[in-house]
Amino acid sequence: MTLYAVIFYVLAIVILVSTLLAITRRQPVHAVLYLIVAFLGTAALFFLLGAPLLAAFVVIVYAGAIMVLFLFVIMMFQRSPRELMLLSEWGPATLLGVVFLAVAAAMVFKDPGSGIVLQGAVAQPHDFGRFLFDRYWLAVEIVSILLLVALVAIIQLSKTRGAGGAAEQRGIISNGVKEGRQ
Amino acid sequence: MIVPLGHVFLLAGIIFAMGLVCLVAHRNLIMTLIGVEVMMNAAAIAFIAAALRWQMMEGQAFVLFILAVSAAEISLGLALVVSVYRRTGSVDPDRYDILKW
Repeated sequence: MTLYAVIFYVLAIVILVSTLLAITRRQPVHAVLYLIVAFLGTAALFFLLGAPLLAAFVVIVYAGAIMVLFLFVIMMFQRSPRELMLLSEWGPATLLGVVFLAVAAAMVFKDPGSGIVLQGAVAQPHDFGRFLFDRYWLAVEIVSILLLVALVAIIQLSKTRGAGGAAEQRGIISNGVKEGRQ
Repeated sequence: MIVPLGHVFLLAGIIFAMGLVCLVAHRNLIMTLIGVEVMMNAAAIAFIAAALRWQMMEGQAFVLFILAVSAAEISLGLALVVSVYRRTGSVDPDRYDILKW
């Protein structure tokens, strides 16, 4: 077992444990904090598997931006709702996950190619960027349009309420819900 | 010489299954979005392993697009959660019964 293999298994254990802790928390804040650990482990795994630029992107975008966004949104809620960990909900879900995992593992290990040992190689950021804009420039443009569309949609969503949107002005939705709650 | 390809795929599969369980079992929209995020992470790990196995950079390019799509999806999802929380005062999907009569 080489040093790289040892590093891989240590990283795998870190990612698995922190993800498991994240998905079983009842408080979303704790889940997000554990998920940051999982994403940092994923970034190290990307670095090990020869993608240094993507490792940097995962740290910046996932662990940096998206998780901070999660934390801000959680702070906007007045009280964090307490969840009951009901067996009637977690039992079928866990069963589904185990069945999926068994099928996936059987498929992976039935393939004779799964035993091939990975050879180390590094895609330098310079080469990767040149490759991306050489061959997939159209996809990059489409993704930028997707981000623009998401931005417009978010601005529209957050504006509707403040400016008194159509449903709010008619008072149908909010009044109906308030009466329903009381 | 790192590890067999199957071990990386198995790791990705376990993470994907955990994200699936999180997505299905929780009754909180924030935790549901976290489950989606974990599943995207697993897909990215599988793509990186495949890129290293066949020594082609297409896999890494796909991971870049997965990152962008995931960022757009999560930001839009969180905006929807905030919007629906303002309307109903809850993030529990079971409380969204406006259309029920």
